[in-house]
Amino acid sequence: MSTKPVEGLQAISVTVNGEDYTALAEPRMLLSDFLRHECGLTGTHVGCEQGVCGACTVRVDGAIVRSCLTFAISVAGSKIDTVEGMAKANELHPVQAAFQEEHGLQCGFCTPGFLLTVQDLLEKIPSPTDQEIREHLSGNVCRCTGYQGIMAAVRSAAQKMQT
Amino acid sequence: MSEKKLKYVGTRPIRHDGVDKVLGKANFGADLNLPGMLHGKILRSPHAHAKIISINTAKAEALDGVLAVITGDDFPPPPSGKGSVEGPQDFGDMARNVMAREKALYTGHAIAAVAATTTRIAEIALKAIEVEYEVLEPVMTLERALAPDAPILHEEMRAKGEEPLPEGPTNVATRTVMGFGDVDEGFSSADVVVEREFTTETVHQGYIEPHAVVARSISDGRAEVYCCTQGQFMVRKYCSKVLDMDPTQIKVTASEIGGGFGGKTVVYAEPVSIVLARKSGRPVKIVMSREEVFIATGPTSGSHIRVKIGVKNDGTITAADATLNYEAGAFKGSPVMAGMMTIFSPYRMDHVRIEGFDVVVNKPKVAAYRAPGAPMAAFATEGVMDELASQLGMDPVDLRLVNAVKEGDTAAYGPKFKVHGFIDTLQAVKNHPHYKAPLGPNQGRGIACGFWFNAGMQSSANVILNEDGNATVVTGNPDIGGSRTSMALMAAEELGIPVDKIRPVVADTESVGYSDLTGGSRVTFATGMAVVEAAKDVVRQLRERAAQTWDVSVDDVEWRDGHAVAMNGHADDHEPLSVAALAGSAAKTGGPISGRASLNARGPGPGFATHICDVEVDKETGRVSVLRYTAVQDVGRAIHPSYVEGQMQGGAVQGIGWALNEAYMYDEKGKLQNPSFLDYRMPVASDMPMIDTVIVEVPNPTHPYGVRGVGETPIVPPLPAVAHAVNQATGVRFRSLPISPPRVLAALDD
Repeated sequence: MSTKPVEGLQAISVTVNGEDYTALAEPRMLLSDFLRHECGLTGTHVGCEQGVCGACTVRVDGAIVRSCLTFAISVAGSKIDTVEGMAKANELHPVQAAFQEEHGLQCGFCTPGFLLTVQDLLEKIPSPTDQEIREHLSGNVCRCTGYQGIMAAVRSAAQKMQT
Repeated sequence: MSEKKLKYVGTRPIRHDGVDKVLGKANFGADLNLPGMLHGKILRSPHAHAKIISINTAKAEALDGVLAVITGDDFPPPPSGKGSVEGPQDFGDMARNVMAREKALYTGHAIAAVAATTTRIAEIALKAIEVEYEVLEPVMTLERALAPDAPILHEEMRAKGEEPLPEGPTNVATRTVMGFGDVDEGFSSADVVVEREFTTETVHQGYIEPHAVVARSISDGRAEVYCCTQGQFMVRKYCSKVLDMDPTQIKVTASEIGGGFGGKTVVYAEPVSIVLARKSGRPVKIVMSREEVFIATGPTSGSHIRVKIGVKNDGTITAADATLNYEAGAFKGSPVMAGMMTIFSPYRMDHVRIEGFDVVVNKPKVAAYRAPGAPMAAFATEGVMDELASQLGMDPVDLRLVNAVKEGDTAAYGPKFKVHGFIDTLQAVKNHPHYKAPLGPNQGRGIACGFWFNAGMQSSANVILNEDGNATVVTGNPDIGGSRTSMALMAAEELGIPVDKIRPVVADTESVGYSDLTGGSRVTFATGMAVVEAAKDVVRQLRERAAQTWDVSVDDVEWRDGHAVAMNGHADDHEPLSVAALAGSAAKTGGPISGRASLNARGPGPGFATHICDVEVDKETGRVSVLRYTAVQDVGRAIHPSYVEGQMQGGAVQGIGWALNEAYMYDEKGKLQNPSFLDYRMPVASDMPMIDTVIVEVPNPTHPYGVRGVGETPIVPPLPAVAHAVNQATGVRFRSLPISPPRVLAALDD
């Protein structure tokens, strides 16, 4: 049994929402912890530490990843997008606006992960069918809404993004 | 009940907390950091049942970066005697649940805790704590708990309640009996009698946000706590009991709450973080892992229920009899009483007997879970009703219509019902296209009803009129399902100003009057009443200011659509004055204007629902797919219809998860085998169909806008509704949950 914490901090640099961050971190530090604790971006939520609930979803070089399953060091040099970067110049991203308007959230804890997952979906499939929406969202758990408001929000966001 | 047309109540504005939540700026329990803050971790028992012989913390304390290590010895003795029990809470038990003393009573029971400069050091320190246990046989089922030779969890516990009771040490905490009439006579006049047994497993609320707290100890003995909770005043009171402090020595601020469903109605890490903060002299943050949430916070009871109902050939119930056994977990206090109070309440009966046992087992102490105790009770009663309908050759809705309680009927648990919309929900189901839609092969349809009495209790509100004419609505209830906007809607209606000119705020324990926690579907009802009263107080003052301005009697001033209007011959002399005008001149007419109300709300009004569920059963894999679902509920009045629909949909989906997949699975040593979202599988979007909702509005006469509690009732009907649909699809009656693929396959093979 080790009685001393592992030393050996490493400098990790990433670009988050267009801003450069460099912080000293242990190689074991998860991206979710790096974002929350080193960058102060607490919009990325941790619900299960296992990659199941999807609350910690962020985008790394455009791809959606589970930040609770990703070591920060493994994405050094990457471009990361979190929920805090979605709105531009005080204007909500259409997905954010649609989640508000269509009541796609209750407690809001799972919401950031859903927003990034839906943004990714609508970039790939601008007019998804209900089945495509449900399948794309099946890696994100919402315990409050029963998914009805979320479905309505995705349909509404798809329309907003096409006009 | 005012019949005037409502301008704001019943509309669907965007929630006030929505922007921060979609921007990622809302602050949840784990989001606060304080200067100098330490990280706390809790050592948890690896044994389900064990005596704690010794705890040696010396090696942990010696580690660099460890500033405090605590055990049960660092807490005051668990409360006993006067003041140690309040309603369902026994604070002595709560203290032992927060930190084990003599015994570990479930795998995950807190044994010790550390505070260190990093979570990593805290984790290492936990491993350095040496605990010697004497491992005892765990009691993991009701059957084992009730066996004559069962190991006893609490040697000092004696059964309470109605005789006959077990003598000497027992795992039965209470036996309760209620009812009226003569059931033997009732059954003797029945044409058909069905008696069945039902079981359900331990299930968790499954809120996505793990419990999180930051505590700070202040030098004069006070403490400040920031945490995700359903009740800041509850945290204050419970911490004060467990830590032998005065409630006002503790200030509690509720963060945004990432779901609770009843699970955040007691304290776990909050008192631990206060003790660590006191001992270390630094702020301490504790954030539970998902595994800790599963093994060490309160799920709801596993249950065994026997139900016997007799009916005449026309469907009229002649008698009903039930025995309910509910697991309380490691300490007494299952929701068996609520199960008893709801089990037969939808139906009129002259002869009824209900017996309930509260039984301790070596699992985490249960906490509230959405209509606590009612879903499993409904699973049993509705299951028997469905079978009776089938034996009588009656439509299952018609059988309910024959027996449904009406205004003036006596509920099986005693009180007389006031006006409600149960029959309206049944009629709505019969008239819904879903009820008559064709079904394909391997598909089935089930209906089931649910009842929940809802709560009133204590609430406070302040309505503050600001100098710009906007209002701040301050309450003491964490907003778990959209209540802030519902409060704003009711205040808007009273004041006559748009809902976006109202800012609803959830205040800390030093900034608003006492409020019972957010639970029992009580906030829109009870806190809503307080908001309406406080807003009326503001309107009264606005009328006085207008009267003073115009030099008329206050009786000559009416409040209409956000304006003071001169009446009784003064109308021609004075233009109406708006809220903004009166607020702007307040300094000259007597100073700031604010209203307040504190009350104990009575008459919450029962909630009734009827649900329709269609399933398809894959006979190769045993998988049950829900194809279509319709939830119909009497909500009194929907203040914000989208939130009401959201409660109905969310509750239905939680119930479907309980029916089909969710269950705690223990090994023979009492270790939970599935303490993760991977293995405790909750419904995701691709598992669910559209959940259709039908809002029935039969106003509750005791609320100014007719509100009934909404949030809990929707989880009551799904368990039986799903089971009945599976029965129609397969011909098999499932009386044990979950109806998971292995069980379906096994049943089909038989």
